[in-house]
Amino acid sequence: MKIPEDRLSPWPERITTGVRTAWPICMAYFPVGMAFGVLAQKAGLSVFQTGAMSLVVFAGSSQFIGVSMLSSGASLMAIAATTFIVNLRHLLMSSSLAPYFRRTSMPFLFLFAYGVTDESFAVNSMRFRDGDWDRWKALIVNHAANVAWVTSSVAGAVSGQFIPQGFMGIDYAMVAMFLGLLVFQLRGRIYLATSLMAGALAVLLSLTMPGNSYVILASLVAATGGFVLSRLVQRKGAHDA
Amino acid sequence: MHDASYFGIVLAMGLVTYLPRWMPLFVLSQRTMPGWLVEWLDLIPVAILSALVFPEVLTSGAPKELDVLQTRSLAAIPTLIFALKTRSLGGTVLVGMVLFWALEKL
Repeated sequence: MKIPEDRLSPWPERITTGVRTAWPICMAYFPVGMAFGVLAQKAGLSVFQTGAMSLVVFAGSSQFIGVSMLSSGASLMAIAATTFIVNLRHLLMSSSLAPYFRRTSMPFLFLFAYGVTDESFAVNSMRFRDGDWDRWKALIVNHAANVAWVTSSVAGAVSGQFIPQGFMGIDYAMVAMFLGLLVFQLRGRIYLATSLMAGALAVLLSLTMPGNSYVILASLVAATGGFVLSRLVQRKGAHDA
Repeated sequence: MHDASYFGIVLAMGLVTYLPRWMPLFVLSQRTMPGWLVEWLDLIPVAILSALVFPEVLTSGAPKELDVLQTRSLAAIPTLIFALKTRSLGGTVLVGMVLFWALEKL
């Protein structure tokens, strides 16, 4: 069954909107992707091998970890287990996106799932929330970001050098993007409270926990805290009324 | 390194990364979720973004140490205000970069 939005939004509009929405992600990916390419080249990987990892895995931090584990001679099992743990947070992101993909075909979900990253997830969930967004635009965002990621890792592997260190604050692009996306998510007091809980908890946990598993733990606890809080507020409102 | 074993590792990494991305979409999009779950999932984006970005601007080093007054946190304040006023993501990225760059130069 075709849903009406598929007819309302013509392809050229979908593509231009998707790409325009993705450009901040692509810009933020470029320095990180190049840094990955340089690291991979130094670890003895060919340009083709580097590009293949970015294409198949498409997950920044786990690729950096994977390459450094490879060069220290870690086993397949060790690398796979570490990658799994580092990327487990995507479970939460895909769960949170799922309500927007009701009655979506299996092939579409296969294609879309491939591109769920911290960045595309944040952008797409914001746009879905705001309305005027459909799953095809979301798919284009995911894959535009992927093109930028693969291209920049290959560029790093070929050139063998970083963009000059600190060039025009490019190291801050990703942080600034997350800050912007965070602001757009603060739609009320419950969201603000959840944000502060998650942030404070993540900072505390990041000081003591190795790796990035603090992201999942802090998010789970804070979302649950925010949920309980909103229920309490609702109940109080009902009593007061 | 040897090609066959390298691509074996890359495929394994790809598979364990892909599964957590695909599984919830596959399972949860096929059924009606209870209201409380939808409400809880609605808070996940803001929670994840905060869990990612707060440590990024308030800690430094490896292992991480608390570092509240640093260029990253100082640049974050005007960047947040800019995002709040303009609601432009692209603009926020550019302004953040320029602010960070300027503060680094000081």
